[in-house]
Amino acid sequence: MSGETIITVEGFTARYGERLVLDDLSFTVKRGEVFVILGGSGCGKSTLLKHMIGLYHPFAGDIRVGDASVVSTTGAERDALIRRFGVMYQSGALFGSMTLLENVCLPLEEFTSLNKAARELIAKMKLSLVGLAEFAHLMPSEISGGMKKRAAIARAMALDPEILFLDEPSAGLDPITAAELDELIIQLARALKITFVIVTHELPSIYKIADRVIMLDARAKKIIAEGDPATLRDTHEDQWVRDFFNRKSQATGTTGEDDE
Amino acid sequence: MKKKESNSNASFEGTVNNGKLSMVVGGRLDAAGVTALWPKARGLLETKRLAAIELDGAGVDYADGAGAALLVHVRQVARRLKIPVEFNGLGADIQEMLDLYPAEKLSEIAEPAPKNGRDLVEGIGEAFCDAIRGVKDHVAFMGELFVGLLQAIVHPRGMRAKDFFLVIEASGPKALPIIAMLGFLVGLILAFQGAVLMKQFGAEIYIADFVGKSVARELGPLITAIIVAGRTGSAFAAEIGTMKVNEEIDAFTTMGLDPVRFLVIPRVTAATLMTPLLAVITNVFGMMGGAVVMMSLGFPLVTYVNRILGSVTAADYLGGLSKSIIFGLLISGAGCLCGLRTGEGASAVGNSATRAVVSSIIMIVIADGLFAVLFYYLGI
Ligand SMILES: Nc1ncnc2c1ncn2[C@@H]1O[C@H](COP(=O)(O)OP(=O)(O)OP(=O)(O)O)[C@@H](O)[C@H]1O
Ligand SMILES: [Mg+2]
Repeated sequence: MSGETIITVEGFTARYGERLVLDDLSFTVKRGEVFVILGGSGCGKSTLLKHMIGLYHPFAGDIRVGDASVVSTTGAERDALIRRFGVMYQSGALFGSMTLLENVCLPLEEFTSLNKAARELIAKMKLSLVGLAEFAHLMPSEISGGMKKRAAIARAMALDPEILFLDEPSAGLDPITAAELDELIIQLARALKITFVIVTHELPSIYKIADRVIMLDARAKKIIAEGDPATLRDTHEDQWVRDFFNRKSQATGTTGEDDE
Repeated sequence: MKKKESNSNASFEGTVNNGKLSMVVGGRLDAAGVTALWPKARGLLETKRLAAIELDGAGVDYADGAGAALLVHVRQVARRLKIPVEFNGLGADIQEMLDLYPAEKLSEIAEPAPKNGRDLVEGIGEAFCDAIRGVKDHVAFMGELFVGLLQAIVHPRGMRAKDFFLVIEASGPKALPIIAMLGFLVGLILAFQGAVLMKQFGAEIYIADFVGKSVARELGPLITAIIVAGRTGSAFAAEIGTMKVNEEIDAFTTMGLDPVRFLVIPRVTAATLMTPLLAVITNVFGMMGGAVVMMSLGFPLVTYVNRILGSVTAADYLGGLSKSIIFGLLISGAGCLCGLRTGEGASAVGNSATRAVVSSIIMIVIADGLFAVLFYYLGI
């Protein structure tokens, strides 16, 4: 980890109409780190993610990737910026009319001039990373919910993005597949220097993969904790935050303790 | 045989010597670099009677997914030809990335089953069987619907009143502008075409009879039915189809609730009641369209009205309306059925909406033909 800042969020406020969802958040993500966003259901994690990838316009504040602002750049510059991102949506969002292979091939077809054989090989390699190689020719409607998630991750990785945004990648996966996914994330972060911004609730996987976490709170609409998960568990001043990390880590096994 | 070329990012050099292919790759192996290198590498890899492949990657300073694909491709070719392959000098992180794609994991990729030659014959047979099954399905559904309707008549409280009134509103009042406009234009066009013909015989006054009868008996109900099929039938199919895709229909079923009672009955009753009312409007506006033409030919309005009252009998008018009740039933039934039979995926909803409209219109035409025969024998 080089420690260089890649994403800067400053004074970020999000609203849906009149309803305030997130209020005045500031944090940074460093290059090559696995950054995890935590919080209860409905506290605005997906909202934050969608703002970070420039899908929504924030009510106030700025989000920068490197020197470019996701909020204010436009035109070709913005396209180039967005192309540095890979995104996996909470629902997978695979294109229903294409096979998995075509789903992964699509960005390669649109943004590179590689020939067909090369594109398909790359797509198959990405699918094999998430363990879906043998299902390459199925339609999204023919695979299970967890498989859709994995296929969506493969599609997000198609163009070797600098930053991968994953919204609950391991929800709906069995523990073994989820652990494999964690392993994959660690490998990718190390081998390809990909920065990950991940929304997840799986405590074992947080201890395993997260370099840093932030924790959002639905009531305060702010970040209530920030740091590395083991330190937060042991030393955070808020009892609730300590409990969050502790209780769940005990309930779901000893992975957390073992890894730290 | 020797090829050498480098672009700004990546370089490639390859020689074949006594069946041994040696390649030297360097620079940035990203999408742009690989785009340039791939054809050259392929040319060399297609060399006949290769005995071994050696790749020197010491000069590679960056490789992403595309670069990895190139290396994996070389490895796969070697595997297919059953010849040894050796990668030398790859950087540690590139080697680590390559390790993410073990050869055995990639080779298990299934290719889609090749299509066989009996495609066409099989396809025709299958389509025929599908059509038969579709008809059977339809008849069964109509029976189910009939039972449900009877139940709804016996116990009207069991019906979801809110859905019922929403559908009434959507399929009735909201369709008025288009129904009125279409009815008016059709009456106008009909009268105009009639006028051109009848002028030759000095029989323009019969335009009133002609417009009145054909609108009341045929065109009014038919146009109404087609509009209802396009607006309401397809909406039913899309609505219920989306619920099906979202597993909402399954949720009804597992809660022990009958989707026919909950979703279909309110829609079918509402649409069946609204269609004849819309047909009344179509009739009125159709005859108004005829009036405009007659008046422009110099006949006073009262003459036109009197002719219509004289020629269009109650049987004509009520016969037309009774047809539209049946049309409404057929259309809403087909819409709901297609919705419930929606497959998986986003395009399935579109397909079932299309199917709803097409099968509604086919059924309308067939039913109309049967009515014509029936009315003929009844002397109406
Ligand atoms: N399109 C929208 N319009 C209005 N409000 C929305 C919209 N999307 C989300 N919200 C609201 O914003 C808040 C945060 O939603 P968000 O989807 O970001 O939650 P989340 O933290 O991702 O939850 P989960 O863990 O359940 O996915 C919720 O209160 C939700 O009601
Ligand atoms: Mg969410």
